[in-house]
Amino acid sequence: MSTWSPGSLAPRPGAAPLRRMLSAQTTAELKLVLRNGEQVLLSLVIPLGLLVLLVLVPFVSVDGAVGRGARADFFVPGVLALAVMSTAFTGQAIAVGFERQYGVLKRLGATPLPRTVLLGAKTLAVLAVELLQVLLICAVGLALGWDPRGSVLQVLVLVVLGTAAFSGLGLLLGGTLRGLTTLAAANLLWFVLLVLGGVLFPLSAFGGAEPLLSLLPTAALSTGLRDVLDAGAGLGAREALALLVWAVISLGAASRLFRWE
Amino acid sequence: MTTAALEVDGLRKAYAGRAVVDGLSLTLRPGTVLALLGPNGAGKTTTVEICEGFRTADAGTVRVLGLPPAESSLRARVGVMPQAGGAYPGLRCAEMLRLVASFSASPLDPDDLLERLGLSEVARTSYRRLSGGQQQRLSLALAVVGRPELVFLDEPTAGLDPAARRATWELVEALRRDGVSVLLTTHLMDEAERLADDVVIVDAGRVVATGTVAELTRTGAVGQLRFRATPGLDLEQLLTALPVGCTAKESPSGDYLVEGVVDPQLLAAVTAWSAGQGALATDLRVETRTLEDVFLDLTGRELRA
Repeated sequence: MSTWSPGSLAPRPGAAPLRRMLSAQTTAELKLVLRNGEQVLLSLVIPLGLLVLLVLVPFVSVDGAVGRGARADFFVPGVLALAVMSTAFTGQAIAVGFERQYGVLKRLGATPLPRTVLLGAKTLAVLAVELLQVLLICAVGLALGWDPRGSVLQVLVLVVLGTAAFSGLGLLLGGTLRGLTTLAAANLLWFVLLVLGGVLFPLSAFGGAEPLLSLLPTAALSTGLRDVLDAGAGLGAREALALLVWAVISLGAASRLFRWE
Repeated sequence: MTTAALEVDGLRKAYAGRAVVDGLSLTLRPGTVLALLGPNGAGKTTTVEICEGFRTADAGTVRVLGLPPAESSLRARVGVMPQAGGAYPGLRCAEMLRLVASFSASPLDPDDLLERLGLSEVARTSYRRLSGGQQQRLSLALAVVGRPELVFLDEPTAGLDPAARRATWELVEALRRDGVSVLLTTHLMDEAERLADDVVIVDAGRVVATGTVAELTRTGAVGQLRFRATPGLDLEQLLTALPVGCTAKESPSGDYLVEGVVDPQLLAAVTAWSAGQGALATDLRVETRTLEDVFLDLTGRELRA
């Protein structure tokens, strides 16, 4: 420790350019996700492990999907939906819940970083992790004999809509509940949506409840992706619309109810 | 007249019908240090958080550098050290400081700041593994790294060891010297006495006294003069030589106590009287009031309950 030379602390206030703030905050968000063991488990290890298991071990029978390639065709879209949910919803909700509890968001609110740039950085970090997830899931899927069809653009539209819907839900949950409550609720919802979301087995298994369940965000995303990638049927209006409605409602509610501390 | 760095007038805030801040006013002059002094629960943090824009006031006006506290342009001009927390547990100490530094146009050098606050050795330690005192110092660094004009420090030395406290004090003194305005809250008398130009003593959400440290410890003060001399000296004679309103007593035997406005005349009267009695007054000492005494007088309570 040494003394401060005169003038060394003289005020020179001013905000950095927005682009510099965005890149610094995005880098920090990414570091935090990739350093967090539970987040990596949730967003990478579980989806990839589940994909390998579901394709190789036929304990779930899928109508008309006989053989490893056909099973991969069915399960890859569902696991992609699971990956988007894990990162945009569960991971983000838990992170935001604890950031509020630890006073991080309050602290950032006292810096020149605008809230829009903070949310922008969180979104960019989510998209970057999703890109990594998609690349790894597709690589593993292809290795397992996956034979994708359909348009990349339509897949992109669905993933973006799904990310918006899940981010809205994640911010709503993490922005209103305490850290530990968020952790419990986000994990529970992750599990429920995994089971009811057409990831582990087709929604037809639920019989008469299928039309209703298919409107859940995970189900809409997995069905939409499956229609494009497996059936080559193009973008389903019903699924896209369901995701859009979830996105509008959840982002609207989050922007009203979100508490920064 | 220059704009006050902070102007609070008639501030009120209640939680669940209970007034936490009750008509509080204060002025922080530019380039000075103001200590908001009071016991826990006096409303210090609520006041500061309203000034920082984190809470809204129920009534009263607050002007920070002449602007409403919620004004977004203030974020680059004001540094904030909240009372607890405020960092990503998963980021390293230096990473957190660099992140916040990157939000400002001309920040201080983060490595230099870490070094001066004694945090170089833990620069690569994650925030969650820092000790409480280290987290406090990082929080202080985060408040000043953007080179603000005005700094809010909420209990900056709570829980710090003496060396860290000294480093914090040196930083506050250097900020003041370089023209930064500082509002700090504390329940430590010596901290207020050492750092502050002005002290505002608050209790139960109200200002009970305000002024410089010298003013507060002087005004209305009854000073005490103690000395030792031969037992049984004639106190009646002393009292006639002292200004009206002074008291004198011997207790225990040979220990004398004179209470009154302690000034050179009083001292001269006492020594002349003892000389007249053929006695030598020894161990002569003047006891001045501390802010602690002031607080006790004003509120009837100890500062640290």
